[in-house]
Amino acid sequence: MDHFPANWGRPRNDAIDLYATHLLHPRPNNRAKDAFADSVQRTQQPIVTGTSVLAIKFKDGIMMAADNLASYGSLARFKDVQRLQAFGDYTVIGASGDMSDFQFIQRLLDDIAVAEIAAQDGHDLGPVEIHEYMSQVMYGRRSKLDPLWNSLIIGGFKDGKRFLSYVDLLGTTYTASTIATGYGGYIAQPLLRKAVEGYEDVLTAEQARKILEDSMRVLFYRDARSLNKYQLATITAAGVQISDSLHLETSWDFAEGIRGYGAQTQ
Amino acid sequence: MFRNTYDSDNTVFSPQGRLHQVEYALEAVKQGSAAVGLRSKTHAILLALKRSTGELASYQQKMFRIDDHVGIAIAGLTSDARVLSNFMRQQALSERMVFNRPMPVNRIVSAIADKAQVNTQEYGRRPYGVGFLVIGHDQTGPHLFEFSPSGNSYEYFAMSIGARSQSAKTYLEKHFESFADCTLEELIKHGLHALRETLQQDKELNINNTSIGIIGPTGQHEKPTSPPGKFHIVEGETVRLYLESMDAKAPADGTVPVPPAAPAEDVQMSG
Amino acid sequence: MTSIGTGYDLSASTYSPDGRIFQVEYANKAVENSGTAIGLRVKDGVVLAVEKFVHSKLLVPGANRRVQTVDRHIGMATAGLLADGRSVSNRARDECANIRNSFREQPTVKYISDRLALYAQMYTLYSSVRPFGISTILAGVDKTGPSLYVVEPSGVCLGYHGAAIGKGRQLAKTELEKLKLSELTTREAAMEAARIIYLVHDDNKEKEFELEMSWVCSETNGLHVPVPADLLAEAERKAKEALENFE
Repeated sequence: MDHFPANWGRPRNDAIDLYATHLLHPRPNNRAKDAFADSVQRTQQPIVTGTSVLAIKFKDGIMMAADNLASYGSLARFKDVQRLQAFGDYTVIGASGDMSDFQFIQRLLDDIAVAEIAAQDGHDLGPVEIHEYMSQVMYGRRSKLDPLWNSLIIGGFKDGKRFLSYVDLLGTTYTASTIATGYGGYIAQPLLRKAVEGYEDVLTAEQARKILEDSMRVLFYRDARSLNKYQLATITAAGVQISDSLHLETSWDFAEGIRGYGAQTQ
Repeated sequence: MFRNTYDSDNTVFSPQGRLHQVEYALEAVKQGSAAVGLRSKTHAILLALKRSTGELASYQQKMFRIDDHVGIAIAGLTSDARVLSNFMRQQALSERMVFNRPMPVNRIVSAIADKAQVNTQEYGRRPYGVGFLVIGHDQTGPHLFEFSPSGNSYEYFAMSIGARSQSAKTYLEKHFESFADCTLEELIKHGLHALRETLQQDKELNINNTSIGIIGPTGQHEKPTSPPGKFHIVEGETVRLYLESMDAKAPADGTVPVPPAAPAEDVQMSG
Repeated sequence: MTSIGTGYDLSASTYSPDGRIFQVEYANKAVENSGTAIGLRVKDGVVLAVEKFVHSKLLVPGANRRVQTVDRHIGMATAGLLADGRSVSNRARDECANIRNSFREQPTVKYISDRLALYAQMYTLYSSVRPFGISTILAGVDKTGPSLYVVEPSGVCLGYHGAAIGKGRQLAKTELEKLKLSELTTREAAMEAARIIYLVHDDNKEKEFELEMSWVCSETNGLHVPVPADLLAEAERKAKEALENFE
């Protein structure tokens, strides 16, 4: 029983107090509450997404590749997106997953980059430090049940050492000589391992480029969210170099005989 | 003893543009016993003179470890030092957690300097009453910094703070150009000579009142540390070796040097 | 200053009977006691130069900088209480970060200077704080071109072609006025800046000093950085020559 008359609602006859001038005292509301009324819904899925990023170690450093597509569901929405981002003079970050979350990450990194520049004390952040920072950010956000929906690859070269690592939306981290995110984890990773593992210290830049190009081509054939426009990032003792957009040569002759390809004839 | 009307709180400039409360805080540093810091190309070291209040009391701690790569020696209010050193430890830990690197030494010092500055500008606070010598080792090599309650911090080749530190400074100014190439043992010897200058008459450095803080590769009298070269404090019996390496002090009147006497009793609080 | 000691000069929140705020004037005294800092805004960039007193020969040369970087393209030199300078530079960096995060844009020097001026002014309103004991020169190249501003303890913020603060500001201003600043290149300006700092330094009264210079120009890709060591050395050499000819 609710003992506060004011909670019983207005009198049925409005003539009694037409303009609601009757003073109602503040009172507790004892009605059953909706247990979910105060709940907050966090990100449940990525929206505009980038697909795989590939990265390998080679003789002189690290080489990475990512295509220029940002998809909106299955729609190829933006075809000029750069998903490899240089940070400082030693590090490149490649992102797959939600592109707006990646833009947010770029802002975070830009802030610490400026803070580092402002200090002007001869200290700077290398790939190892960026990796640790990103893993803390990603794990922190997933622990708030509000993840940044990305898989990131961090590649770099500093003080004569190359560094390649992975961080994702769960805060999972690892390092390896070949890393592939997204669909590439299924399709390209085996190819990369076969071509790179055991040869990290002998592969030339040209060979590394060839391996990545071939893998990107396979991905373009197999991954419906990929594009034949991609960029390569090379990080060596000489610094960071990110290429212009490259075009993948593909041949679709074999598909002529496949039902469903090209104009419908039946 | 009221010196003037502009010295009662820290939010008032004197007509000359000075902050008397801050200047008085700098005096508090001089009440503390002396600390000396030096650096070579490979090492940074601290030496400090500990005081005890009497026969039955232990000696007051003068050095604190902040992280493996940073340590401090203090002069002034020990309680203020504990607050600030705690803050430094938090900063260093957070840098290790967020960036997985030892915090650059100059940034730790700047962090407490910025903290101290606030206390010189807002009503109802007092400036910290403690000065630090901070040694550390980072990507850019060994470093020595001085932090003072005014919120200033400077990097030095060698420095001394605390009671009668001017005498030590004079010694350091005379010899600092040779420090760069010193071995650890030579550096400590210079440090002890400088520290000795701050003693009152008839007092001596002994194994009870001398602390030595070291960052850098271990010397010939030390056991290896893990990780190598981390900050560690040398006290007690181990100090004897270094004390014995000291040259006898040349008396001011030019007579024959007297060999170091047996350890005198405790150095008393001078105020 | 006849009102000194009458009790009207003990708080920033008190006017004297003739309408002055003495605490702000005293803060200016703190600025006037410090080493000179100058800024030059020229054709294609800006230069900052500071006369940094060396109070002990134990100091590590080149460390303990008095010119600070606020953002990639903005530098700042202060004269007065060094610790206050750090406090203000931290505030300036926060302001820049706010602009970047809100608008994804490089902040202009004018905007940051205006914000700092408002910040400084707040410290002239209350008895619970004291004004900043520093003047600040902000210099940078932004989308509006080279800019140079000075923020004073009172919260005044003015733009300049050439600015001087600190002990030797009068002489430095006279020298700056002789230059055709809008026609100089940044390299030429660096030479002039060094010369002026050497000129205003009073050998008889002051301790030794170290010249500290930074710049923003096309040569630095629009970044605020210390001038290269070789240029600094050349500027110092020419400054010393000029000084001998002057005397």
